[in-house]
Amino acid sequence: MTVLVVQLLTGIAGASALFLVAAGLTVIFGVTRVVNFSHGSLTMLGAYVAWSVVTRLPHTPAGFALGVILAALALAVLGAGLEVVLLRRLYRAPELLQLLATFGVVLIVQDTTQAIWGAEDLPLARPHWMRSFVAIGTERFPFYDLVLIAAGPLVLGALWLLLHRTRFGTLVRAATQDRDMVAALGVDQRVLFTAVFALGAGLAGLGGALALPDGSANLQIDLSVITDAFVVVVVGGLGSLPGAYLASLLIGVLQALGILLIPKLTLVIAFAVMAAVLVLRPQGLLGGTASTPRESAAPPLVRPAAPVLRAAGLALLAALIAAPLVVGPFALTVLGEALTALLFAASLHFMMGPGGMPSFGHAAWFGLGAYGAALAVHALAWPLPAALVAAPLVAGAAALAFGGFVVRLSGVYLAMLTLAFAQIVWAVALQWSDLTGGDDGILGLWPRGILARPHAFYWLTLGVAVAATLLLRRALYAPFGYALRGARDSTLRAEAIGLPTARLRLVAFAIAGAAAGLSGGLSAFAKGSVFPTYVAIGRSVDALLMVLLGGVQTMTGPIVGALAYTGLYDTLLLVTSAWRLVLGLAVVALVLAFPQGIAGAAQRLWRGRMA
Amino acid sequence: MSLTRRSLLAATATATALAVPAIGRAAGAAIRIGEINSYTAVPAFTLPYRNGWQLAVAEINAAGGVLGRPIEVISRDDAGKPADAIRLGGELLNEQKVDLLAGGFLSNVGLALSDFARQNRILYVAGEPLADALVWEKGNRFCFRLRPSTYMQAAMLVPEAAKLGVKRWATVAPNYEYGTSSVRWFRQLLAAAQPGVEFVAEQWPALGKIDAGATAAALAEAKPDAIFNVTFGGDLTSFVRQGNTRGLFEKRSVVSVLTGEPEYLDPLGEEAPEGWIVTGYPVTSDTAPDNARFVAAYKGKFNELPKMGSVVGYTLIHAIAAGITKAGDTATDAMIDRGFPGTSFPSPFGAAMWRALDHQSTLGTFVGRTALRDGRGTMVDWHYVSGADALPPDAQVRTMRPA
Repeated sequence: MTVLVVQLLTGIAGASALFLVAAGLTVIFGVTRVVNFSHGSLTMLGAYVAWSVVTRLPHTPAGFALGVILAALALAVLGAGLEVVLLRRLYRAPELLQLLATFGVVLIVQDTTQAIWGAEDLPLARPHWMRSFVAIGTERFPFYDLVLIAAGPLVLGALWLLLHRTRFGTLVRAATQDRDMVAALGVDQRVLFTAVFALGAGLAGLGGALALPDGSANLQIDLSVITDAFVVVVVGGLGSLPGAYLASLLIGVLQALGILLIPKLTLVIAFAVMAAVLVLRPQGLLGGTASTPRESAAPPLVRPAAPVLRAAGLALLAALIAAPLVVGPFALTVLGEALTALLFAASLHFMMGPGGMPSFGHAAWFGLGAYGAALAVHALAWPLPAALVAAPLVAGAAALAFGGFVVRLSGVYLAMLTLAFAQIVWAVALQWSDLTGGDDGILGLWPRGILARPHAFYWLTLGVAVAATLLLRRALYAPFGYALRGARDSTLRAEAIGLPTARLRLVAFAIAGAAAGLSGGLSAFAKGSVFPTYVAIGRSVDALLMVLLGGVQTMTGPIVGALAYTGLYDTLLLVTSAWRLVLGLAVVALVLAFPQGIAGAAQRLWRGRMA
Repeated sequence: MSLTRRSLLAATATATALAVPAIGRAAGAAIRIGEINSYTAVPAFTLPYRNGWQLAVAEINAAGGVLGRPIEVISRDDAGKPADAIRLGGELLNEQKVDLLAGGFLSNVGLALSDFARQNRILYVAGEPLADALVWEKGNRFCFRLRPSTYMQAAMLVPEAAKLGVKRWATVAPNYEYGTSSVRWFRQLLAAAQPGVEFVAEQWPALGKIDAGATAAALAEAKPDAIFNVTFGGDLTSFVRQGNTRGLFEKRSVVSVLTGEPEYLDPLGEEAPEGWIVTGYPVTSDTAPDNARFVAAYKGKFNELPKMGSVVGYTLIHAIAAGITKAGDTATDAMIDRGFPGTSFPSPFGAAMWRALDHQSTLGTFVGRTALRDGRGTMVDWHYVSGADALPPDAQVRTMRPA
């Protein structure tokens, strides 16, 4: 029995640590609607700053508390700076573009942190009071865990007072409910947003600093924290602080108790909880029904490409067809990869742009396609062409089966449910070793016979990727595409004229999944192997970056974005060891220069000239 | 050696290589080694590793190079992704015209490169990747591996574990291939060495996301006599801290893979556990001439102590140089068939060799106990275990390796 009590308390302590990080994220999102991907980086910096400060202060509880507060303040200042320099310029940009910008920040922070503090983990030496414990029955419970247990509700209470008893708080709550109305009433949004960002970043720093005694300041904190924080925020309901605490408790306690019963569940507990909550309560535990967004001016009607653009596309295609005659085998590999990426990006754009369904887990379909093709060859001994047909079928079928849950949701909730599914697929790929080879993957998938020649496989890739991308494009110009965009722009009106919006979205979701699966299949044979990294979060982020970089609301966006991103990444990896810093700066610069995406900017320029 | 298909192929290949004059490569042109590793993804290991191979390259070139040619390493960062490693392998092979590939930290990157090497008929010498499959289930003639594998690490620890004579064991390992196979081998070998042992609990924390308090409490609940640990890095730090506070390690033995390596022991700081049985590297207390010379040279060049990664990088280049010297040529088949198999090479741990049987090297590692000295973790009571003594019988290896 004592064990259960101890485990429960441990879970609550873990929940507090989780909540501290998630609180900042939910405050920022609630007001500014920024999906702050760099929140984990701020947490990591909080840990490093706290390490630097605390090691220089007396090793007493007071010294530690002072160090933690200083770290939180430092991060608040940094957060304010980030808002003023970068995010402020992006509030009018399309939704999720800030995500791209903050991803650039993640990359920059990774290299900068390593340059300042070095590659080695930095443990905080624990003075006696941090190591002490209280006895619960026969068990020992760390005193510091009690501190954490108290810290969660204390911070929650302080935030509640701040939000409910101060003018600033009233404005923040008002802005969370209806940002436009607050602006109409003459509140200076710029000051409000900067303050909110500083508050959120300070909380991230606080979370990083308070977690320090249980581990070390290390370079993995950013990515390990960010997904969990997102999960908590979404489960709790976007923008809801009590919801975030409740979600932290739910996940923390289930995790602590779950590993007593089924130790192997560690990879999926949080995501399984999120999937269950979103299926049952699409707005999260305490998320109110968000104020219906004012119908924004619908994006301009998409017209068939201008003749010039068509000519350019044809010229590019001709160049791609002729490429093997000119360039060497390595360049061919890179081109082949770019084409695969292009199809992957186009498939995400299909559901995200015209479909209005952003996805944070698009790698699920890519990976299912890759594994589907790999297993068709490996386990069933199918020939390559048959396996390439299987890839989209497997991914498409899975997307169709799962899509029913997804299409009922919208915005970030929808995106996070796809992420949950992707993480579950990833965990299966990693843990079902007998079928998937686990982390060691499936090897030896190289094309055979005539396709073993680089030229032949390249042309196959080119043919399949271009044909599939053009088909996706064609579908968007068909009545189906118009209906889909109608459902996106105004569900109410679309339904009023008799469009089955849910079914339209489901079909779009399945088509996008199938196309991503095809891209995954191509990738499996291009690389000769499949690994769980194909389903990992990084892969989903890649797709998102390519689409956002190119421009969500243009038809050529994913093409431009895929070519630009793979080109940039592949080149930088070759030429500099500081590629993360350079890539991050490039992403930030591109976002600031082209908030509508590269293709969007080109389009605007073109229209400007025509006018 | 009887006349097998392999030796026949080798002879043919050698004859071909000798018959065709090396075009565009004057005598004295550098031998090019294409090196790939996870420099940005795992900097704590790979930066000392890079120092290590740079030191070896400098030493070899100062001594006149290999076959009278200097060696040159063209290094690439795989960002921790197998797919990127394969693309970079292509770049090194087709653009940089390297003579062989080397490197790797993560097992899946190593396996991907090994498969790439087989497909493209180029030699790949893996440094760090520990997966057993690299030389056994998925082994191929183009791939050699330097470090003691997951199996070997477990096999080195089991005799010490059996000596403890305790019965109830619990295991904790990261929830992916490396963790599961470490635990599988340890259980299997210990059960064989000491019939009647029981494994009463297992924990599988997610890599990089250990819920340390809950994991420690769950292990304690099973009341094991001893714990086998496979976690490392940040997970290990958290686990040790929670375990220390909660008294998990008191009156319990712990056997732990790799924890004696400076990469993993140093970050534990003054909380480094005492008396854990570990594999690792006693950097300064191993005063054997080979290591002392290496440590002095490394310290002279980089002004810091070497780590295990440094040894791997350093030895990797020397082991490759030995293979090429023996082959007398950098043609792939010459290196694979004549050069590497059976050839011994120097290392800070003394001489080791490339096995012909499965292309695993016999480089070993140290087994000892952890201790605290001046507020830092270190290894005491250690002894060196040669890789040759930690491998299964040849007949068993043959059954595991595809023909």
